[in-house]
Amino acid sequence: MALIDDVDFGTPARPSAATVTLLIDGAPVTVPEGTSIMRAAQEVSRPIPKLCATDKLEPFGSCRMCLVEIEGVRGTPASCTTPVREGMNVTTQNARLERIRKGVMELYISDHPLDCLTCAANGDCELQDTAGEVGLREVRYGMDGANHFDAQVKDPIDVSNPYFQFEPSKCIACSRCVRACDEVQGTLALTLEGRGFASKISAGLEMDDFFSSECVSCGACVQACPTATLMEKSVVDHGVPTRSVETTCAYCGVGCSFKAELKGSEVVRMVPSKSGGANEGHSCVKGRFAWGYASHKDRITTPMVRESATDPWRKASWDEAIDFIATRFKDIQARHGKGAIGGITSSRCTNEEVYVVQKMIRAAFGNNNVDTCARVCHSPTGYGLKTTFGTSAGTQNFKSVEQADVILLIGANPTDGHPVFASRMKRRLRRGAKIIVVDPRRIDLVRTPHIEAAHHVPLRPGTNVAVMNAFAHTIVTEGLVDEAFVAQRCDMVEFERWRSFVSEPENAPEALAEKVGVDAETLRAAARTFAAAPNGAIYYGLGVTEHSQGSTMVMCMANLAMATGNIGREGVGVNPLRGQNNVQGSCDMGSFPHELPGYRHISDADTRALFEGDWGVHLHDQPGLRIPNMLDAAMDGSFRGIFVQGEDIAQSDPNTKHVQAALAAMDCVVVQDLFLNETAAHAHVFLPGTSFLEKDGTFTNAERRINRVRPVMAEKSGLSEWETVCRVARAMGYPMHYDHPSQIMDEIARLTPSFAGVSFARLDRDGSLQWPVNDAHPDGAPIMHVDGFVRGKGRFMITRYVPTEERSNRHFPLILTTGRILSQYNVGQQTRRTANSLWHPEDVLEIHPHDAEERGIVDGDPVSINSRVGATTLHARISDRMAPGVVYTTFHHPLSGANVITTEFSDWATNCPEYKVTAVQVNKSNLPSDWQAHREEFVAEHYRVTEPAE
Amino acid sequence: MAMTRQNAAPISGGDPDPVTEAVDLICGRYGDRPDALIEMFHDLQDGLGHVPETALKPIAKRLNLSRAEVHGVLSFYHDFHTKPVGRVVVKVCRAEACQSMGALPLIAQICDRLGVGLGSTSAGGSVTVEPVYCLGNCALAPAATVGGVLHGRVDAERVAALVTEMTGEAG
Repeated sequence: MALIDDVDFGTPARPSAATVTLLIDGAPVTVPEGTSIMRAAQEVSRPIPKLCATDKLEPFGSCRMCLVEIEGVRGTPASCTTPVREGMNVTTQNARLERIRKGVMELYISDHPLDCLTCAANGDCELQDTAGEVGLREVRYGMDGANHFDAQVKDPIDVSNPYFQFEPSKCIACSRCVRACDEVQGTLALTLEGRGFASKISAGLEMDDFFSSECVSCGACVQACPTATLMEKSVVDHGVPTRSVETTCAYCGVGCSFKAELKGSEVVRMVPSKSGGANEGHSCVKGRFAWGYASHKDRITTPMVRESATDPWRKASWDEAIDFIATRFKDIQARHGKGAIGGITSSRCTNEEVYVVQKMIRAAFGNNNVDTCARVCHSPTGYGLKTTFGTSAGTQNFKSVEQADVILLIGANPTDGHPVFASRMKRRLRRGAKIIVVDPRRIDLVRTPHIEAAHHVPLRPGTNVAVMNAFAHTIVTEGLVDEAFVAQRCDMVEFERWRSFVSEPENAPEALAEKVGVDAETLRAAARTFAAAPNGAIYYGLGVTEHSQGSTMVMCMANLAMATGNIGREGVGVNPLRGQNNVQGSCDMGSFPHELPGYRHISDADTRALFEGDWGVHLHDQPGLRIPNMLDAAMDGSFRGIFVQGEDIAQSDPNTKHVQAALAAMDCVVVQDLFLNETAAHAHVFLPGTSFLEKDGTFTNAERRINRVRPVMAEKSGLSEWETVCRVARAMGYPMHYDHPSQIMDEIARLTPSFAGVSFARLDRDGSLQWPVNDAHPDGAPIMHVDGFVRGKGRFMITRYVPTEERSNRHFPLILTTGRILSQYNVGQQTRRTANSLWHPEDVLEIHPHDAEERGIVDGDPVSINSRVGATTLHARISDRMAPGVVYTTFHHPLSGANVITTEFSDWATNCPEYKVTAVQVNKSNLPSDWQAHREEFVAEHYRVTEPAE
Repeated sequence: MAMTRQNAAPISGGDPDPVTEAVDLICGRYGDRPDALIEMFHDLQDGLGHVPETALKPIAKRLNLSRAEVHGVLSFYHDFHTKPVGRVVVKVCRAEACQSMGALPLIAQICDRLGVGLGSTSAGGSVTVEPVYCLGNCALAPAATVGGVLHGRVDAERVAALVTEMTGEAG
């Protein structure tokens, strides 16, 4: 339940063009055909008592509270399961219905503990509310008979889940939790065990508790429960919240809307908003529960400085810290030139915070040395989709997947990485859509209860482009191209070039099968399935982009979508599943060295003139340095100062030792973050950042949806991040001032055509907007390229497969690929500081039984993983999810050093690192690697803080 | 832990245990069809005497169902046992017709004679006594089955004799 509830209509909306008019208690109401009487009654504000019904779930008809009378119909049908009919005359309340409802409620309460005053749900209980509504005054059966709540008979409370508890004695067996797990989350972890009086909710097998079960802790059951049976432990501990602030989750690129429910400024719980466009009332374990890091004791809330990165930290005032930065940066520029400093924006921060950082760099630093962490994740998406379609963004809204017939999922693992979208996808798959999974690993969506992939293409890491070319070859040579679409929407010269290219025999599945490691018939069959779909939708993740041919691969998918006519309507499209909450936004805001906000090239004089006029400065017309260029330049001494906003390049970027050496070579490293991260170990200035609970601004999710982030508490550091940046800019000599973050968005809208209609006021009114928001799309654009591509004609690109130079050999015979897991998030700065670590206390190396046996490795053994650039030690988990020859790990824990082994290879167009392919050797080992041993000492040395003298 | 992926669970070496073998055989017999789940439980119970909890994970995996779904179906039917039962199972009807013909005192007498509580198994594991709700033999109430064979107009003595006959032991 949510305390500050949206109206619950009892049953889901039934979108239908046809309408039905009926009378409810004499009031006429017109609703879409298929609507339930219960929902229609709520439409005219005649709520009908209910217990088992809620509008997130299909009607069930078990509680018998919602009975109504219908003129000319015998008996008292349940209003939740009875659809409206034309001319119906419904009575929702009279003496007979009142008597029946009271009678049913008496039965419920006769087996329910009467401890309302001390119950965790007191004030937030639908059972209590409904008892009040029906006027229950006595329980004629007494409370003495067989029951589920007496101390001698009641089942113990299951507290195994760290975030919520299950108290069976309070259960009314309405099955809302079971149905939420089935219908909303799609995990089906719960069941109603037994029958009759012995019925009870069970999390799977007899030996299972919630923690050991298949439960993924998304919280849907807790939200669905009308009693205190399933309850957040934070509410049990602190009581029901008293106020609520609508905001946006700061974990992945799904961008779920939440109500932060509070007492004072203390968050009691986060409840997903039904009105949230991205999540429509659903959540995952991270957004719903893993927000405790915001008040973790490790948070640094005062600025700190030090002369040298080997000195202990010294706490400083804001003024001192900002002066320190400006003095050092100006000194570096005086000695080494304007281009000797730069900065990195963060995809975790708001659009407004990112915008001011890139503005500071371009206007106050006077160069274009700005880059962003999207460099290491989705930069190829921007490049590839801009080249082919004309815009650097996914084409669909999330809801579009509900119209897809075939889903082609490439290099993404949504059930772990984008769980709330995965639930939408699973719902569609359970209703009959097919899925093709292209992934080296057997991810959950290959086979999970009630879902089985039509095809799994377990390709060798690094052969994406070969797979896509084989698909394209099959489609072109078997006559499966949507010729009409191509002729109408695409550049025919480019198309014909592409057609003859993919028809070449070297692109035939038979020719590529061996390189890919998948037989030709599987490749052909998968291609045919996709081409035959009325609506074929492509979803992809970092398994596409983080390769030496990342940009090529994005263009491959765009080609495929165009050739099969799958662009420009619901149910189709090319959809990047963005990693971070605001990676779309940080790219939109001009975070790349070659682009001003709105993806306009810095070399374009008109665009520059627009910004120069508004900002009152001269802008350099050449692109600045990318992150890897900055690091290389640091090594040769020409780049000496960096401002790092909310990012941990020393853990997240490839070849950790190189990153560390580059940072150590600089004269001034400034880190703005919540915690002393790995990068901060090399910093001279630490500026305390703000958590999403303290931010006022906007995030833009993977579907281009701009959502408001609203502060629920004051900044713990006393200063917003955007104001901090403005002060640094002013100290550097550039007057940058805003009174409120809404003024930053106003400036963005003024200077960026795709954001022209965006403002805080508009977002507060409409909830969210999907860019472009301008004269052509005044209410935004959930689906792009509807009547034509942004660039005019769609452009087919030649995509020749070039194998990566990183390949297995005698010394490094295995291929390591990396990914993430549901409970942890990226470098883990946040999730590791929550109970989520119970599910994933350490990163492990997944290795195939054959590869393990060859090396004498058994499950749980410590193993060393060596690549040509570094080594680390992890525990092994024997798993057949990968093909032999491929090993897998995650990178959530700093000590794992996953990026100590990844190499300097990167995408040819954008320098996005090739995280997904590293040739390694794995051996049994009992010792930490040299790097790991060194890290312990290093961290102890570099994290020291001097306490001020008394 | 489900969240670290049930599919990623370590693969143990060695031969499959008899339960897993039985599951593989029986699921294969029905082509892994989820709608044959109840038949599979019957076959398992016929073969093993009960449906052990350890059978549920492999069944769920083969049928691509969740553990909860499989457990929900199994626990719904009283006729399926998850623990071993006696060599002879006595089911005594206590639906309306049989009750009117003295089923309740009869059950007490049977339990007494066989030295076992209702719904449980005798100490030596020879006999289990369970209540059932209508065997469809109302005209010959009170009714009971002994070792799966239906008998009408039973009394405690006859039931005990039938049990002795089948087990070779005195009740």
